[in-house]
Amino acid sequence: MNESIPLLRVVDLHKSFGDLKVLKGVTFDVAPGERVAIIGPSGSGKSTCLRGINYLEPPTAGRIELDGVVIGQREVTPGIWRRMSDTELAPQRAEIGMVFQLFYLWPHLSARDNVALQPQKVGGQSRAEALELADAMLAKVQLSHKADEFPERLSGGQQQRVAIARALAQQPKLLLFDEPTSALDPELVGEVLNVIHALADEGRSMVLVTHEIGFAREVANRVLFMDDGLIAEEGGTSLLVNPKSDRLRQFLRQVNRQDGN
Amino acid sequence: MIESLSYPLGFVIPLLVAAGVTIKVSVGAFVLAILLGLVLASIRFFVPSPIVRIPIAIYVEIFRNVPSLTHLFIIFFGLAYMGVRLGSISAAVIGLGLIGAAMLADVFRAGFEAIHVGQREAGLAVGMSPRMVFRHIILPQTWRVTLPPIGNYAVQVIKDTSLVAAIAAPEIMFTARNLVVNTFETTLVYGIAAGLYLLICIPLSRAIRRLEQHMAIPR
Amino acid sequence: MIDFFRTLFEHVPLWAPRLIPATGVTILITASSFALALVLALILELFRSLKIRVIDRLIGGYVEVIRALPILAVLYLIYFGLPGVGILLSPFAAATIGLGVVYSTYLAEVLRAGVDALHRGQREAALAVGMTPMALFRLIILPQAVRVMLPPLLVSLVSLLKDSSICALIAVSELTLIGRVMMSQYFLPLHVFVLIGALYFSIAWPMSLFVRWLEPRLNRGRRMAAAGEP
Repeated sequence: MNESIPLLRVVDLHKSFGDLKVLKGVTFDVAPGERVAIIGPSGSGKSTCLRGINYLEPPTAGRIELDGVVIGQREVTPGIWRRMSDTELAPQRAEIGMVFQLFYLWPHLSARDNVALQPQKVGGQSRAEALELADAMLAKVQLSHKADEFPERLSGGQQQRVAIARALAQQPKLLLFDEPTSALDPELVGEVLNVIHALADEGRSMVLVTHEIGFAREVANRVLFMDDGLIAEEGGTSLLVNPKSDRLRQFLRQVNRQDGN
Repeated sequence: MIESLSYPLGFVIPLLVAAGVTIKVSVGAFVLAILLGLVLASIRFFVPSPIVRIPIAIYVEIFRNVPSLTHLFIIFFGLAYMGVRLGSISAAVIGLGLIGAAMLADVFRAGFEAIHVGQREAGLAVGMSPRMVFRHIILPQTWRVTLPPIGNYAVQVIKDTSLVAAIAAPEIMFTARNLVVNTFETTLVYGIAAGLYLLICIPLSRAIRRLEQHMAIPR
Repeated sequence: MIDFFRTLFEHVPLWAPRLIPATGVTILITASSFALALVLALILELFRSLKIRVIDRLIGGYVEVIRALPILAVLYLIYFGLPGVGILLSPFAAATIGLGVVYSTYLAEVLRAGVDALHRGQREAALAVGMTPMALFRLIILPQAVRVMLPPLLVSLVSLLKDSSICALIAVSELTLIGRVMMSQYFLPLHVFVLIGALYFSIAWPMSLFVRWLEPRLNRGRRMAAAGEP
């Protein structure tokens, strides 16, 4: 087992929206090179948990550590923590790449510019370097031929791959995928999953919230099953075939029924 | 003043000069309104604290729920009463500009909000500060959404300059009134005045509509 | 600053007897021109619905001209210009007609949006379940059209209230005119017009707030989920 610090520590994450408690104390680690899949029914809090990692959904309580550094909060005096503003958070977020369910590409920029924006404006690279990096990342997702296109001219699958390239251009320590294929037409899902698979094979650390159980089995080496704001079961991907808890078994049965198994 | 009167030319020339004033005041007010409106909307967008938002909201509500004429009177006569003597043209530009800024502040705010929050999130997620998100993601896209209302405002401000006749600014309606008082040719003079407005506003409206079509909003 | 308010409040009882009827005139002008505008807008839209190209073009041109004119110019043409061809109108009548004509062009758009707001599918579904066209109109079209039209109509009403102040310049004894008169009488322009501004505000602002309150309630259930919204 690896003795080094985990890449990501999620410690006792709580999140409430008013009276509604969405996360009730989630704790897990991600080691460097690990691919963690988070599955679970809607409303279980999986997306909220993922978005809490880069503080897009700031937790109501709990702590996130990336490479040993606390994210999103500063210790102003020993014991007193204050949440960081978006401006203070920016450098930390730059180390985490996020891919959204709805891609959220910037419509006024071409694919290449979408990918190059971060390295140039946040990463401090020159325009030439940023464009080179963008082209390299687009090549990685097999979209070099669409580099000059604007998002409205790209299919959903292509847009999502550009979004992945954009996240990769950050050269992040950790990748977060928030249901990357849920908004795609079925025939476009494969191209995106292939890209993610390749990234996994490279050994990139990632946390993947997904509905695609089969894909989770292929790509992840750890699975977290979330239910009602907590991790109900966790383990290796064998869980997906031999669930231990009734709840997980029930969930898998429902998912399989939808897939027509 | 109107000694050598060979109508209708004797009417047309003073009215044309007045049209120049109309356009000058319109441009001045328009520029002021856009700059101030943008500043107000940006501040509102960036600083969520009520200390900043409430005064701006009050300003906007006051200027949008009270007639322009009242505002012009307050600025021209009211300030004079307090010792600040503004020329009628300055008062016109300032007054119309402030009124326009209140309207445009809301237009810009709608423009900012029209940009899907997901794009802002994506900006934050790649490590951009809110200011950078504003500069690179929001602002470039705002123009497309706000062009129609701003275009409408451009035409509207030209029509609103007619009100500053009431504070004696030498624009079209004021000049027309003076001509009528001196010559009693009401139909002709007001007809020409109306014609001048048509000559200015109709081409402007059409040009703006063409521009909108050209910049058809994608997505 | 305090002096200002003190002077203001001292004068209120003195000014009220003139301000109150003037406010009444303002409201009256607003209401009558709005009513006229609505009627004219209906007529315009009725003609437009015939879909005869010549009529469409005429109406289009008419609307374009009216929209390019300042309200003051329209009022002057009606009040001062028409007498030149033999038509004399009282200030109130001229103001009502002028404002009514101008605003009818805006209300016509609102009416059109209200009718267009319905998706054809709803009409077909209603006919398919056996509704008569009359029931269709009453139960499906009208409620939804009203929902769509009500906020913009109210917004136009507030706008009309503000524009009614322009009538002061053709001698209608409404609020702004009284203000001008009192201003020269008492030499207190700031106090007078701040008070008048407050009066307009107290009528217009509640209406604006009401529209803002009303809008989300009317839109409940009307919004179709935008593509892909989670």
